[in-house]
Amino acid sequence: MNTQKLSHEPLIRVVKRTERPPRQVTLLRALALVLSILAGGLFILSLGYNPIEIYATILSGAFRSKIAIQGTVKIMIPLLISSLGVTLAFKMKFWNIGAEGQIIAGAIVASYFALYHSDWNHWVLIVVMFLAGVIGGGIWGLIPALCKMKWNTNETLFTLMLNYIALHIVDYLRDGPWKDPGSQGFPKIARFDANVMLDKVLGVQFGWIVALVLAALIYIYLRYTKQGYEISVVGESTETARYAGMNVRRIVLRTMFLSGAVCGIAGMVQATGSDITLTDAVAGGVGFTAIIVAWLSQLNPITITVVSFLFSVLEKGSSVVQSSYGLSTDCADVLQSIILFFVLGCEFFIRYRFVMRKKGGNA
Amino acid sequence: MNKKILAFLLAAVMMVSTAACSSSEPAASEASSEAPASSEAASEEASSEAASSEAADGEAAGGGLFAPVAKEDLKVGVIHITDPAEGSGYTYTHDLGIVGMQENLGLSDDQIIRKINVDDTDATAIETAMLECIEEGCQIIFATSWGYMDTCEALAAEYPEVIFSHGTGYKSNGTNFNNYFGRIYQSRYLSGIAAGLKTKTNKIGYVGAQNSDNAEVTGGCNAFAMGVASVNPDAEVYIKVTGSWFSPEGEKQAAEALIAEGCDVIGQHCDTANPALAAEENGVWSVGYNSDMALKAPKSVLTSTMWDWSVYYTKATQSVIDGTWDGSNYFGDMNDGLVVLAPLTELCEEGTAEKVEEAKAKILSGEWDVFTGPIEDNEGNVILAEGETLSDADITGNIHWYYKNVVVK
Repeated sequence: MNTQKLSHEPLIRVVKRTERPPRQVTLLRALALVLSILAGGLFILSLGYNPIEIYATILSGAFRSKIAIQGTVKIMIPLLISSLGVTLAFKMKFWNIGAEGQIIAGAIVASYFALYHSDWNHWVLIVVMFLAGVIGGGIWGLIPALCKMKWNTNETLFTLMLNYIALHIVDYLRDGPWKDPGSQGFPKIARFDANVMLDKVLGVQFGWIVALVLAALIYIYLRYTKQGYEISVVGESTETARYAGMNVRRIVLRTMFLSGAVCGIAGMVQATGSDITLTDAVAGGVGFTAIIVAWLSQLNPITITVVSFLFSVLEKGSSVVQSSYGLSTDCADVLQSIILFFVLGCEFFIRYRFVMRKKGGNA
Repeated sequence: MNKKILAFLLAAVMMVSTAACSSSEPAASEASSEAPASSEAASEEASSEAASSEAADGEAAGGGLFAPVAKEDLKVGVIHITDPAEGSGYTYTHDLGIVGMQENLGLSDDQIIRKINVDDTDATAIETAMLECIEEGCQIIFATSWGYMDTCEALAAEYPEVIFSHGTGYKSNGTNFNNYFGRIYQSRYLSGIAAGLKTKTNKIGYVGAQNSDNAEVTGGCNAFAMGVASVNPDAEVYIKVTGSWFSPEGEKQAAEALIAEGCDVIGQHCDTANPALAAEENGVWSVGYNSDMALKAPKSVLTSTMWDWSVYYTKATQSVIDGTWDGSNYFGDMNDGLVVLAPLTELCEEGTAEKVEEAKAKILSGEWDVFTGPIEDNEGNVILAEGETLSDADITGNIHWYYKNVVVK
């Protein structure tokens, strides 16, 4: 009996492990980070550059001057806000892959006011555009939630596909009704009036303050409010939530509206604070990076703030590496992937362990 | 459980990001191998303070708007939409111009700050790239793609001490934000002669980046078609529009569709060499654009319509060094050497060289230019009567009609 069983047992099995002590977990994560930097260094070395110089340039590129720091923060604003947005949905185990679309939807609705009501009082306009971003993104988040509640559609696919719909709406507006009449036939939307632009605080549009305030608010919301508690209960088990008398349907709809709304704010802030126009690059992949940032940070808003800042440093610094060394920005993507590979790999080792096939018969 | 989710998320992210990047794939694969700026840029300390102080005490010397800049203190920024390492096409050609300027003026490699793959629809990325040039201490920034225009305009107001020189657009401010372009249609006309003499089917294809809303592409197609008609009145020019300045796949498909229609010469107004390569694959001929595409598709290219941007880049950069920059716009032509026709290849019909030389002499002498009447469009309307000419403003902004032998596909 034993021999027969042995022949079917694989050489290595993956087994879920009991929880590691927190100190060990921290140590593992630190080790992963160090390893990823070493592996990235090998990659740089293989291209014929000095890794230490390149890493130093990434850091100096992100921090060397006021302009550089401002540039880094500007990259961080939409990333941080949308990471916070998707976190709300992920806490509920609602797979919102649609941050990209929700960013765009928020930007579209806000841009309507930016284009056609630019003569309003500056602060009234900004408040209206902010609400427009909330509503645009919120509705874009609500649609998949409604369909899920009503017809049990798959939210992952649904939110993903809505991204492309939002993107093509921008293209439609750019080529049609919102086309800049002064652009001599080139399809683009006009640059917004100066009255529309978000004011600068310390040299960067005040979206960074919005982002930090949102981080604090969402931290409190998830941790200390009844609604935040409901979200995590629904996330653990809808049956438990129902048994406890919660209205799961309402919680899901409300949370997805909020998740989309926060992403919509990211879109509004990006379009009216940084781009000063609406283009199909308004989200530019940030909505997908946000998913990674959120999970890397274990859905903790404080950690998200730190991680999204680090991502922005890497992106800003790599851009300087490109012009200083002629190293393509694609190399930065490779570096980023290497870091992700190690960090995600480390999560695997935190939760699972390998079991080798034992010699002899006591399997 | 979490592992699965992460794996899925990563897969989704990868899927989407590869889709987003696919347009720049050729750039990615060749990048870094020969990016011209690659030599050690050891310590490029930002000398922006120097730049601004010079601007402040200037205005007097040299007769220009800015004070002269010592050659060794000069830094030149360049914003590219793709990667010069592609080896042909739009960005490559602009970078050849930059390298030519660098050689003409004797600048070292670390005086040129190149930002590559700057998406011209992403305003924040454009601004970040330009601000990095300013940080590095650039006194002049050349922005090569149309979509950089609005950001140039805004930053020119914010940084009055830095010169923003923008290619192909229509905005400028008369001081530190100008516009540069040229009469590329002159060369297109000449290349049309080569195509008109070569065709056997009397159908010539033309891959255009934009439709008739765009005066630059439409006018260029008309000049090409007029060159064709001047030697072969029976031939028709079939234009197919991709709707994008840089669309490697779309350009290839458009060329293939035109070849399927029976076209045996393929002209182009788009960024990559793919139309010429598609022609070569299908055993027909082609006319290249931007760089000499005979290097890419030697079995199909008759000649190429080319820019020699070094003419402008040298002139503009020299004026910054001398302190003679006056903020005026630049619209160069064949006489300046900005607009050129690549050498005719051996694939051209006999007698092509003579016909081309004859037309070229007329253009160079200044007594005749391409957009001289009689001109009729393809709907039978008279655009210009005998002897009338189009103004420069009309040439750059108002050509929304197709010449009589053009067929839109």
